[in-house]
Amino acid sequence: MLNSRRLVLAHFWMAFGGFGLALLLGAWQMFIRSPLAGWIGNPEWYYRSVTAHGTIMGYVFPTLIAMGFGYAITETSLKAPIAGVRWAWAGIALILIGSIMAMIPVSAGLASVLYTFYPPMIGNPFYYIGVVLVVVGSWIWVALMSINLIRWKRANSGKPVPLAMYANVAGSYLWGWTAVGAALELILQIIPVAVGLRSTIDAGLARIFFSWTLHAIVYFWLIPTYIAYYTIVPRAIGGKLYSDSMARISFVLFLVVAMPIGIHHTFADPMVGAGFKFVHSVFTAIVALPTLLTVFTICASVEIASRLRGGRGPFGWLVALPWNNPTMLAVTFSFIMLGFGGAGGLINMSYQLDASIHNTQWITGHFHLIFGGAIVIMYFVIAYDLWPHLTGRNLANLSLMRLQLWLWFIGMIVTTFPWHYVGILGMPRRMAYYDYTHPAIADQALPVILSATGGLILVVSAALFFVILIRGHLSEKADPGEYRFSVAVHPPQRVPVALNSHGLWVGLMIALTATNYGFPILQLAVRSDTSVPAVYVGVK
Amino acid sequence: MNPERLLSLTNRWFSTSVGLTLVIFLSSAICGFLLLPYADADSRFSGIWDAICNAAGFPVKSSATDIIQPEFKISGATLGLAELTSPSPQSIGRGATLAQQCAICHGPEGVSRADAPNLAGQYAQVIYKQLHDFRSGARTNATMGPFAAHMNDRDMIDLAAYYAYLPRIPSSRDSAEVPLIVASGAPTRGIAPCGSCHGTIERKIGSPWLNGQPAAYIEAQLRYFASGARRNDTNQQMRNIARALTDDEIKAVASYYAGTQ
Repeated sequence: MLNSRRLVLAHFWMAFGGFGLALLLGAWQMFIRSPLAGWIGNPEWYYRSVTAHGTIMGYVFPTLIAMGFGYAITETSLKAPIAGVRWAWAGIALILIGSIMAMIPVSAGLASVLYTFYPPMIGNPFYYIGVVLVVVGSWIWVALMSINLIRWKRANSGKPVPLAMYANVAGSYLWGWTAVGAALELILQIIPVAVGLRSTIDAGLARIFFSWTLHAIVYFWLIPTYIAYYTIVPRAIGGKLYSDSMARISFVLFLVVAMPIGIHHTFADPMVGAGFKFVHSVFTAIVALPTLLTVFTICASVEIASRLRGGRGPFGWLVALPWNNPTMLAVTFSFIMLGFGGAGGLINMSYQLDASIHNTQWITGHFHLIFGGAIVIMYFVIAYDLWPHLTGRNLANLSLMRLQLWLWFIGMIVTTFPWHYVGILGMPRRMAYYDYTHPAIADQALPVILSATGGLILVVSAALFFVILIRGHLSEKADPGEYRFSVAVHPPQRVPVALNSHGLWVGLMIALTATNYGFPILQLAVRSDTSVPAVYVGVK
Repeated sequence: MNPERLLSLTNRWFSTSVGLTLVIFLSSAICGFLLLPYADADSRFSGIWDAICNAAGFPVKSSATDIIQPEFKISGATLGLAELTSPSPQSIGRGATLAQQCAICHGPEGVSRADAPNLAGQYAQVIYKQLHDFRSGARTNATMGPFAAHMNDRDMIDLAAYYAYLPRIPSSRDSAEVPLIVASGAPTRGIAPCGSCHGTIERKIGSPWLNGQPAAYIEAQLRYFASGARRNDTNQQMRNIARALTDDEIKAVASYYAGTQ
């Protein structure tokens, strides 16, 4: 059992608790906007709910998963107690305080600005201060990951850093840097207006700062999933990792190219020059590379597992895979969703194609498929895999786990595929009310009903997930043994210093941020005629 | 210690990764800032520097002289005057005297019996703006035009203050069903809910309080906005909405606000 099990469990339960609440809000939003429900009468209720849903799902839930998983990785891969446990508790405490501080004004309807803030809308300052506290709490984790790695390296000079820890620290650095964009937006722009020091705001500049965070944050959400692909999946299905180096290269590529691409979110905005949009588009295309490397490596690892079990032939090995194993099932579902989501992403990042789906439900479908689907289903696997080591009890009911994963997969497909479709038909997103009786959108009614049904399936799946975890706390005590990560076919004896440290890649990440964001930010920051009056939300 | 030096050109990882990054950045920049701007058939650049600046997002200054002037008067009323929000008792008193000439249509206490607008309890900014527009010609009306022509700013502020001071007529509507167009608008046609500017849901400065206004008056104004006969809504918000309203919706709105529904 892990020494830090209370710390890790605290992170996981807080994360999943928030996830459960936010999921209910999401399902309600889908229902009341569908033709199944009458118009709620007041759009403010809808935006209030979306703000809470997005803030929890975007900032609180994945951050806590990455942190909790990061602490577990630190202890189990470095085989040493975590240095700075008190700081770790301070970090999660800040996140708890920040989340509550943010959710009070949101619940009261004083900050229905959505989690992407959307200046010039300005809500209650406590909402923004709460979000800042969440980020500061997570930065403590970033520092702790770095400190623990440095300590281990001092004691184990020249040895390869375990892959899980190498990837985990890469993810923490990515978050540390990408969160700076939103932090600058909040501290320099939004909070001064929210507390009344200024009454105008440069909304264009704010959107650029936010895009700095908003795209790379997705890769921060993705990193725990990728760590699970590389370090949990091959072991859990009885195989070996095809290549340790390929894994490291994938993670450092994310570090370098996840950052300088966010302006593809502002293709339709006038305040960024077309040249920069093109450069960001090119780098967004390159970010597919680490994902393709990962898909190749994991498929190869899975094939190894099958061949070890007697699988034969060019395709026959697929049959011999341990399909009863929930991890096998989950990684398959995750790859399918990643494939469709990634293909959709190629359309979003193309300057011209984006114009046809920009700000439509296609986008909502896209990020739910990638994040809610491909990423979150692996969060479930991480929880299932770690739970016996956190509770010292068995997690025995595999059929319930399989049912839960199937329902999540089906629910997510049923939710997001119709969303993509109505997006192509032109259905705008972020709207509280659609008049389906109007002939122009009447044919969107059926796919929207389907989509809302998918939301209900997801709620059922999440309920099962909680049943499984809670039963895990109540089942018989059992010694889970030592927690192990996947072993590579050729375990690394000596790793090039570039793939055993992060300096070069962090340097490239910062350099590309400067080249790709420096001018668009400076241009707006030095101009005096780009601010607009703030629109205060929730003020009567 | 590992003897391998990372930050050195002899380290292949360093030279390859930095080199590749530079190549990708420079080639994408050349494409984005030079080739693509010139590939645009409409591009009229005076030189390479002009093309680069354009792609970098430097705004092109347009000439200030070629603004097209509208062929009709635009409302010039300023609604932020402090006297409109907190009038003095003297102002209200002067307004009461001046209002005697309005009583024949708008009623001695601001409640009309002639299908003219009820002014009792109307927002001061609204009355001020309409008087101002009648005088400037931004809004035309055969009756109101001559009255407003002889008023100065002081008279208008005083009249606005007096009518805003009078109590509104109590709502005669018994929680009747609110028409969808008032509560929700029609998003597909770009129509915001009436209530989001004219009270009950939200109020926007300059928008009149509509409860209790005569149905004939509301209907007539909506039709004027739709036809363009009335255009003193500076941002065209009412003209755009009225054009998209159906005949039934106009009638429903008018009778709902008049309290006759």
